Parts: sequence; structure tokens; C-alpha cells
Amino acid sequence: MDVFTDPENFDAFVSGFVWILKLTGASAVCALVLGVLLAAMRVSPVPVLRGFGAAWVNIFRNTPLTLVVFFCYFGLYATLGLSLSQELDVNIYWLGVIGLSTYTAAFVCEAVRSGINTVPTGQAEAARAIGLSFAQTLRIVVLPQAARSVIAPLGSILIALCKNATIVGTIGLIEASSVMKDLLNSYGNAVIVIFLVFAGTFAALLIPTGYFFGWLANRLAVKR
Amino acid sequence: MMSTSVLYDHPGPRARIRNAVLSVVFGVVLLGLLYWIYTKFDQANQWEPRLWEPFTRSATWTQFILPGLWATLKAAGVGMALSLAFGIVFSFGRLSDHWWISVPAGAVVEFFRAVPLLLMIFFIFYGVPFLIKGPVTAFWAVVIGLTLYNGSVLAEAFRAGIKSVPGGQSEAAYAVGMRKNQVMRIILLPQAARAMLPIIVSQLVVLLKDTALGYIVAYPELLQRGVNDLSANYGNIIAAAMVIAVIYIVINSLLTWFAGWLDRRSRVRAFRMPRQTGPVAAADSAPGDGTVVEPQG
Repeated sequence: MDVFTDPENFDAFVSGFVWILKLTGASAVCALVLGVLLAAMRVSPVPVLRGFGAAWVNIFRNTPLTLVVFFCYFGLYATLGLSLSQELDVNIYWLGVIGLSTYTAAFVCEAVRSGINTVPTGQAEAARAIGLSFAQTLRIVVLPQAARSVIAPLGSILIALCKNATIVGTIGLIEASSVMKDLLNSYGNAVIVIFLVFAGTFAALLIPTGYFFGWLANRLAVKR
Repeated sequence: MMSTSVLYDHPGPRARIRNAVLSVVFGVVLLGLLYWIYTKFDQANQWEPRLWEPFTRSATWTQFILPGLWATLKAAGVGMALSLAFGIVFSFGRLSDHWWISVPAGAVVEFFRAVPLLLMIFFIFYGVPFLIKGPVTAFWAVVIGLTLYNGSVLAEAFRAGIKSVPGGQSEAAYAVGMRKNQVMRIILLPQAARAMLPIIVSQLVVLLKDTALGYIVAYPELLQRGVNDLSANYGNIIAAAMVIAVIYIVINSLLTWFAGWLDRRSRVRAFRMPRQTGPVAAADSAPGDGTVVEPQG
């Protein structure tokens, strides 16, 4: 166990997970906003908006996240010179957030859209009958009900996002998986302990999150 | 797809004009954005023919892209076969009547679903060699990682599928004197597998995308060969990334389309998977409509 009693390693361990949590938090917010917007586009009466939403989903859902993150680094930063911060770490962090949220937004969009489909037809018809416009129908009547039925899928998207945050390590952010890789290379006699500590931390974060979202989904489900 | 047209009235003359105006406005903004991106790339000299010309040469395809694609498909194929086996074994384990089988099986499934694939691949590639006193090839690091993760997801999917088979089926099987093992194997699994087929195929998309992580342990798959090695020779990383992305999108779109087709087909012939409740499963069948919500990877 001397691996983690060394303060240097322990600090690396903590900072690795802090990066993961920061990536997850910022990307979750961006992806949620973007995903709901995309879902609204995909069900809107304007064909160009629908096409844009569909194209986004098909492109990003079918491209490996590694390639998306890769592109954020080599395309946005190295080629186009998009620099979001003077500090190297923080710059890579924001590039990672861009990659993670564009990718995750596609999944959020599909989850929300399938949630919209669970709202009974009569609800939207009634909303139209009292003269609400498309935007009002969606905002006041359909989305609030849809939101309650997509809590479980959104939970699994959030969990996947947290795990996917490790991929930002490929463009040089020293997050949890990179820290683990370095420790594995330096402490060949303690590889099992190292893996169990890192994997266990993820499990301790994510398994309860999964059960929490399951509980929340049951609690908030619209009883029909 | 029922609600898309229910959310708004059939457009009358004014709505049609409004929609047309919105279409044009958004279309112009979109084109402007695309043009802006184009000029940005142009300023960075990314459209030079020199960078795109390699893709017209057969050597590029035979030396880099096709071998990479083959390695990707090989890892995905072996990974899929192993994770199906893993999924079946652990879903049976988790549904076992003996707590000393079901509890460990449940723990294994929950654990591997919660651990990032990258962590697993790193452990197998960098950690396990210390334990077995010998090297682990990048291929097996990727395949075993993919198997443990996707196998756990499939185990949960199978469990949901087996539980969704109408209760009368197993009652009837027990009534004719079958053992639990036979009921599972002969009665429940074939029906569950059929209902789960679209989700299994969608999981293959996830698996195929995840093989791209092999890049990190230098497994020569599509991303490694097509983007890294190719651009090392021609200095065209953006062009290479775009071409490779298109290849991934085409393959995965075909698989997604196949999953949708299977779903529509199985919906006619067999019973449907009910919507899953309880703890969040990575594979969640779409509530209501016919589309398959892709499991998260």
C-alpha cells in the first residue's frame, strides 16, 4: 500500500479525479443544453432544422469519441489555432469539454426525442386545441412530461460521460487514467492495488449514481 | 414517429410561409458557418491538393487504411463473440437461485460496467505483464477490455430480456418436467435473444467505436493506421481524420440501420421488450417508438 501513502502519488490520484469530475460537470451542462436544443430542432416543423439535428446525431453518434477528441486537439487547436487559455492544462481541458459535449449532445438529443414520443398524443392535441404554438406546446406541455420519462436514460448518459472523460487523457490531460498508467509503470509490484484503487473509485462514484437515477426515475415517473 | 406531426398543425398558408422563411434564414446562417469553417481551414492551408492527393493513391489504402480497418473489424469481431459468451454466462449467473452464484455475478457485472474501458485496457496492457511475467499484446488488451465492458452491458440486457419473457413460458416448461438449466437454455434464452437482437447489434456499434481506444496502446487499428501513421507520412492529419471519420460513420450507420431493421422485423413477429425500470441499465430499450436507443459507450 506504500504507493498511495507517498504524498506525491496521492496528490496525483486526487488531481486525476478532480479533472474527471470537472470534465464531467462542464460537459454535462453543455451537452444537456445542446441536446435539448437539438431534440427541439428534430421535432420542429422547419425541415432545415430537422435535417441539421439529424445530421448532428448521425455524425457524432457514429464517430468514435477518441476521434472527436483527437480532432478537437489537432483540428481546432493545432491547425486553427483556437486557444482557450494561456495555461496548457486548462486549454486542453476546454478542448476536451468541447469534444465531450458535442459527442454527448447527440445521445441526449436522442434520449429527449424518445421521451417526447412517450407523451400521449392527446396532450399535444389538447395543447394545440387551446391555441398554443409549436414552441409553447413543446415548452409548456410536452417537454416537462418528457423530461420525467427520460431521467433513467439521461442517468446512463451521465455515467457514460464520466467514464468517457478518461479519453481526454489521449490529448494530454493528466486525468485519472493517465495517472494510473504512470503509477502502473513505476510500481510493478503493486499493479493490482493500483488498479483496484482507481477502478474502485470510479465504481464508488458511478454505481450509486446509477441506483440514484433509477430511484429518481421511478419516483418522478408520470403515472399513466 | 407519431408525435413529430402531432406537435404542430398541418401548416396553412401563413405557417408555410413562416416555415419557409425560417428554413431560409437558418439555411443561410448554416451556410455562413460552413463557409467560415472553410475559410478558417483555407487560411491554415488545409485544402491544398497535396494533403488530399494521397487518398487517390492505392498505396494509401492498401498500406494504411485497409489493414487498419481489418484490425478494427478483427478486434470488434473477436470482442463481440467473447462478450456475447460473457454476457450469457453472467446473466445466467445473476439469475441463479443460489446466492453464492448470483451475488458475485452481480458484483462482477456492476463493477465492469462502472469502470472506464480505458482504465481496463491500461491495466491489462501495462499492469498484467508484471503479474504474468510476460507481455500482453495490444490486441488482447483491447479485446479483453472490450469483452469485460460490453459483456457486462450485454449481461444486463440479457437479464432484462429473460425477465421480459412471459411467465407462462417458464411455468409451462417446469410443468413438463424441465430443470431450471433446461428452461433457461431451451425456452428463455432463445426468445430473449430474439427480443434483444436490436440491442445486441447496437452494442456492436459501441464496441466497434471503442476499438478506437486501441490507438492508445498502439494497436494498429483504423485510427492508429489511418490518422496517426498516415499523417506521419504525408503531414495531412486533418484530411486523414476526416476520411477516417467518414469510414467509421458509414460502417456504423449500416450497423444502426441493420439494428433498426431487425427491430421492425422482430416487432412484427415476436413480443416486444417492455421498458426497463429499476437501476439504470446501459442498454435501455426505447420507450414508445420503434427506434433503438443506442447503448452508451
